[in-house]
Amino acid sequence: MIRLSGVTKAFGSNVVLRDLDLEVPTGRTVAVLGRSGSGKSVLLKHVARLLRPDSGSVTVGDLEISAADEARVKRARISMGYVFQFAALFDSMTLGENVALPLRRAGVGRTEAGERVAEVLETVGLAGLQAKYPAELSGGMRKRAGIARAVVARPRYLLYDEPTTGLDPVTTSVIDELILRLKREVDATGIVVTHDIQSAFRVADRVALLHDGRVRAEGTPDEFRASEEPLVRAFVEGRQDLWPEER
Amino acid sequence: MRLFAVIGWIGRAATDVVALAGRAGAFVWSILRSLTDVRTWVPLAAVQVRRIGVDSVPVALFIAVFTGIVLALQSSYTFTGVVPLYFVGVLVAKSVMLELGPVLTGLVLAGRVGANIAAEVGTMRVTEQIDALEMLAYDPVSYLVVPRVVAGVVTFPIVTALALVAGIGAGWLTSINLLDLSSQEFVRGVRMFYQPFDLRYPLIKAASFGFVVTAVGALYGYGTSRGAEGVGIAATRAVVTGAMLILVLDAFWAIVLL
Repeated sequence: MIRLSGVTKAFGSNVVLRDLDLEVPTGRTVAVLGRSGSGKSVLLKHVARLLRPDSGSVTVGDLEISAADEARVKRARISMGYVFQFAALFDSMTLGENVALPLRRAGVGRTEAGERVAEVLETVGLAGLQAKYPAELSGGMRKRAGIARAVVARPRYLLYDEPTTGLDPVTTSVIDELILRLKREVDATGIVVTHDIQSAFRVADRVALLHDGRVRAEGTPDEFRASEEPLVRAFVEGRQDLWPEER
Repeated sequence: MRLFAVIGWIGRAATDVVALAGRAGAFVWSILRSLTDVRTWVPLAAVQVRRIGVDSVPVALFIAVFTGIVLALQSSYTFTGVVPLYFVGVLVAKSVMLELGPVLTGLVLAGRVGANIAAEVGTMRVTEQIDALEMLAYDPVSYLVVPRVVAGVVTFPIVTALALVAGIGAGWLTSINLLDLSSQEFVRGVRMFYQPFDLRYPLIKAASFGFVVTAVGALYGYGTSRGAEGVGIAATRAVVTGAMLILVLDAFWAIVLL
């Protein structure tokens, strides 16, 4: 379970999250929707304790990660996989070395790590590309490599930051399928941050809409589709006339 | 109103300086703390020794050779008819060993190494690679900063020692080929006021320059924001601050050790 309670975060005078509440039950995936700059990535970084809230708390499993000491945060991160928006692969390492890093950190032997890397690269459609460097891969391949690195150690929590942004519809569909497949195989609790509404409906059990630093609407994909809430309609239908002014 | 604006500007500048000093202090403390994480930084230090030290040797030798040539010619120009010419050896050796060797090498490496570290670490910051390291449960300071700082502290004295040899060697070759001076006279000058401390002093300075240049580069890189523009700003600040701190440290060591 992941729970954010009353989380407020400001950068200078810019309040990004205001008293935000969100809960993701164990084994479920919640997609967090919102316009660019609405604070979706900031929310995700709080779950990983890459950022700390000004007030409120963030709990991952049994650990209140927002208040934990560094050693416990480090241990908690081993149970998390984080898919970065631009993959964040290490340029100086090959694809194989990048994906093997979480295994090496967990003390897995070289041979076993090599086998698991090959297996996960096959899952994401990058079989046999271990020796390639990130600069030699396309944007979609880098995204898939980022997903491979996030899931290779079979984490209990998966955090996706805009996994399909900037990708063509076919690659988006491939990545959505991949997220669903990993959800089935790893049974992880996940948060998918995106502004791609179709992708969110495909991969999530529940959808939350972020606006003005708060979750303004939440429900299943079907409830979202049927919602008469003006904010939800504005986002789902892409109607600027229904969208309220930012605070 | 103008007075209030000036006071406001001074206040903001003072606040910025204090904030930077605080960040620098905390950063140095995190470097010292991460030194204990030897399993992470030791395997990575060898690569940095090559990149920071070995790859810097050609440019350091280039600067040292031309410094030695100019020093020999200028001292001959100054001494001729006033001071015995073997004092060219004294001036070349003392100037290269005590001041020009370590300081010029430090300044050149502040540009080459400081900018490189700030740009590399800064790019990793803006592309979220540092966040990725944290998510993989690595300490980014142990992984990125400590290997570079250790390599700087270890290799700057070695590069400086090579620069001293090149500088004095170039001064010697210039003296025997372009001046009316024999090898024996030049060496007599070199040995005249030599003390073993003359060799320890530049190496101590070089080690401190190595720490400052690499730590400042990493500090600015680590705090980078705002994409490519931020990386450029970080690299520029690293070079300027590194060069200024080298000169401050140079004066500090002169006061403390001479």
